[in-house]
Amino acid sequence: MIIDLPATTTSQVNSKLVHLREQGGANTIGRVLTLVIVTDDSERTEEVIDAANHASREHPCRVIVLARGAKKASARLDAQIRVGGDAGASEVVVLRLYGPLANEGASCVVPLLLPDAPVVAWWPFEAPAVPADDPIGQLATRRITDAAAERNPTRALEARAKAYADGDTDLAWTRLTLWRAVLASALDLPPYEKVTGATVSGEADSPSADLLAAWLAARLRMPVHRTRSKSGPGIVRVELDRKSGPVVLERPDGTVGELTQPGQPARRVALQRRQVRDCIAEELRRLDADEIYHSALRALGKVDRRAKPASSGKASSSGKTAAARRKPAAEKPANEQSGTEQPGADGSTESANTKQTNTKQTGRKATARRQPAKARAGS
Amino acid sequence: MTRTIQNPLRDERDKRLPTIAGPCGLVIFGVTGDLSRKKLMPAIYDLANRGLLPPGFSLVGFARRDWADQDFSKVVHDAVKQYARTPFRESVWDRLAEGCRFVQGAFDDDGAFDNLCTTINDLDQIRGTAGNHAFYLSIPPAAFPVVIKQLARTGLAKPGADQWRRVVIEKPFGHDLASAKQLNKIVNDVFPEESVFRIDHYLGKETVQNILALRFANQLFEPIWNGNYVDHIQITMAEDIGLGGRAGYYDGIGAARDVIQNHLLQLLALVTMEEPVSFEPRAVRAEKAKVLAATTPVEPFAETTARGQYTGGWQGGQKVPGLLQEEGFAKDSITETFAAITLAVETRRWAGVPFYLRTGKRLGRRVTEIAVVFKRAPHLPFDATATEELGQNALVFRVQPDEGVTMRFGSKVPGSTMEVRDVSMDFSYGHSFTESSPEAYERLILDMLLGEPSLFPMNDEVERSWEILDPIIKAWRSSGRPEPYQAGTWGPDSATRMLSRTGRHWRRP
Repeated sequence: MIIDLPATTTSQVNSKLVHLREQGGANTIGRVLTLVIVTDDSERTEEVIDAANHASREHPCRVIVLARGAKKASARLDAQIRVGGDAGASEVVVLRLYGPLANEGASCVVPLLLPDAPVVAWWPFEAPAVPADDPIGQLATRRITDAAAERNPTRALEARAKAYADGDTDLAWTRLTLWRAVLASALDLPPYEKVTGATVSGEADSPSADLLAAWLAARLRMPVHRTRSKSGPGIVRVELDRKSGPVVLERPDGTVGELTQPGQPARRVALQRRQVRDCIAEELRRLDADEIYHSALRALGKVDRRAKPASSGKASSSGKTAAARRKPAAEKPANEQSGTEQPGADGSTESANTKQTNTKQTGRKATARRQPAKARAGS
Repeated sequence: MTRTIQNPLRDERDKRLPTIAGPCGLVIFGVTGDLSRKKLMPAIYDLANRGLLPPGFSLVGFARRDWADQDFSKVVHDAVKQYARTPFRESVWDRLAEGCRFVQGAFDDDGAFDNLCTTINDLDQIRGTAGNHAFYLSIPPAAFPVVIKQLARTGLAKPGADQWRRVVIEKPFGHDLASAKQLNKIVNDVFPEESVFRIDHYLGKETVQNILALRFANQLFEPIWNGNYVDHIQITMAEDIGLGGRAGYYDGIGAARDVIQNHLLQLLALVTMEEPVSFEPRAVRAEKAKVLAATTPVEPFAETTARGQYTGGWQGGQKVPGLLQEEGFAKDSITETFAAITLAVETRRWAGVPFYLRTGKRLGRRVTEIAVVFKRAPHLPFDATATEELGQNALVFRVQPDEGVTMRFGSKVPGSTMEVRDVSMDFSYGHSFTESSPEAYERLILDMLLGEPSLFPMNDEVERSWEILDPIIKAWRSSGRPEPYQAGTWGPDSATRMLSRTGRHWRRP
């Protein structure tokens, strides 16, 4: 059931929710958390809500979608309530904010938070520079970002490392869990030898590959090589060198991995790329600080990008932005960013024709707004 | 094997990282059976889909059917598609199918077991299962000795260095103390006790594990968890199905042996045990063993127990036959389909609290629950008329279906008069947590592959359970026929009388 409440207030939304509960039975009773999704007023928002609804089957929650619309419009709050079949096991409240209200999302969210239940904030696309300082981020005990969905994933990841606060997490990290599990279990068995070197190769702009390398660097206490690979999406190959020979986990096609260890037959393992909804479900499972993610972020500096002498770090960093635009970023969710209808920082939407040039500009503008120092350094 | 070096990639703070079983394979005997198709195969696929099985995991089926590997794969495929909990993914299935093998033969056929041995060695070479194999005996207990002997003969039961071999057995673990001991001896002659995993699928259920969380992680319940506040405890496992087609297994066994000995006594142990010093398997088992050792049946059995046999009638809109009309049962069968017993736990905590356990077929509906019923408040400052409708407070663990916890207490009825009536407060897993919580078999198979024994009863627990039940069954044997009860009701009159003698009554689940 979908109920539209145009030009409304949060107290009206609240009383409508209570009314619905009385009518339809115990709706909100067992909700374990409030998930706040911060996005814009465009079509891709629907895909995000779908992912949240799916995750709600595992974690019944109230989903509040903050869709920020045109800022030039007059101040207005449009709400939409979805319950029952249209909302998975959750109840979804979509708040569309226009005009000056667009920047005041937190004030609209506060009255709708479930009592005494954790709040999770999720920025499926562009995230604030310091999520923990964002007004929505301050309400939340857990803040989920997605470096792969940003315009420049590598730089986004660096920003995450600088801005880290307990409760931060990134979907680029969530997408790694299967890889990390297979690698860790490979080292569970004899021979228990010291790892003497490690290399991660993947797409140039895959933040997951960067994070995997950083995690290995943190755990193994040594620099880890990160090389670029032309084939395959996302992470392609991980090699851990040991005295008896290397442990290699390779995934050339993005679905099936092959684990080779010295003296043992090659084993194939399903290592499909994870969809956003699976990642969100995993994220909602843990609401405490992820210390391992933090240590991986801190080790980003120990990732050695000059592994192959042919491609120097300098060259790759300038080529990176171009690569990011050519094809969807590595390990990116199935509902890849269309790139067409992204509203700029000022809320206007470009037409498809002018996209090429405009995206670049608004992209830069957006970056500049979020993290001025960083953007200047880049340009 | 003790690990000499800490795996650098593991960290106990890394809660995302699942523990994947090491390289291994699973051999299922009796793979054509219902349990195997409906529970085991889907559970294995679900584990694979969640990324919890090792790369190269292999599944070997052993049965009399004349199948090739492909036929077996097809059967597994169909079973997975129909019964698996998680969505079907081609890439996951393909990996699993690569490791499917089938060995055809009878249990007394030496050649077949030699084939099995070759197949397993091949798997070690090709799939890298590294000599770690589990044998799941999904077969009637009568066939255990011959299969176990074959495993010993072919050397399959003996692991090499750095390898393991485990055996999984299903209930019934014998039919009385003597036969249970005998069975344990047969199994333990070949497999050491730490390699024997007895599946009691109730222990794999989330709600059952939640009993320990609820009791030991909360401050709210511990102070009242004793005979000062608890009046009595009822443990019910009711089924609405009959026994059509199960005569071969059930006739002569009966409800008490089938359910009370294993499931209900395990539930009783979890509800009554003291807090373990840690959640190490050994510590939990020690507490369970202690409380089972203090558990005794209450006599005289003529008054404290009840047994029944369902007769035909209308149930849930269908005409159903009585037990004696079911195919395969003798016309004068005295197998009980309903059993209720009274137990006492002789510890300081539980002295004076009766424990009522009941189970049956063709009862009102399918439900399993544990009801902790509290004493009435010692003094009620209301008029007698105000509390007429007030019952006893209760805390109910709903084990299945609709898993959760219900609390019942009195509340004022709205209106100008003071009137107190019972209300219920519900916690439902479906509402607060995952709708798709793992199936019990998933959890148990994974624990077994990881060699984590805490959810599996040990042989001493099994033997102790028989010691508790044997005197009751012996008394029943010399006391005529079970009392008939109509299908679709909550059991025979003697069950009602058994509680009303002390002024109590069964909760309608």
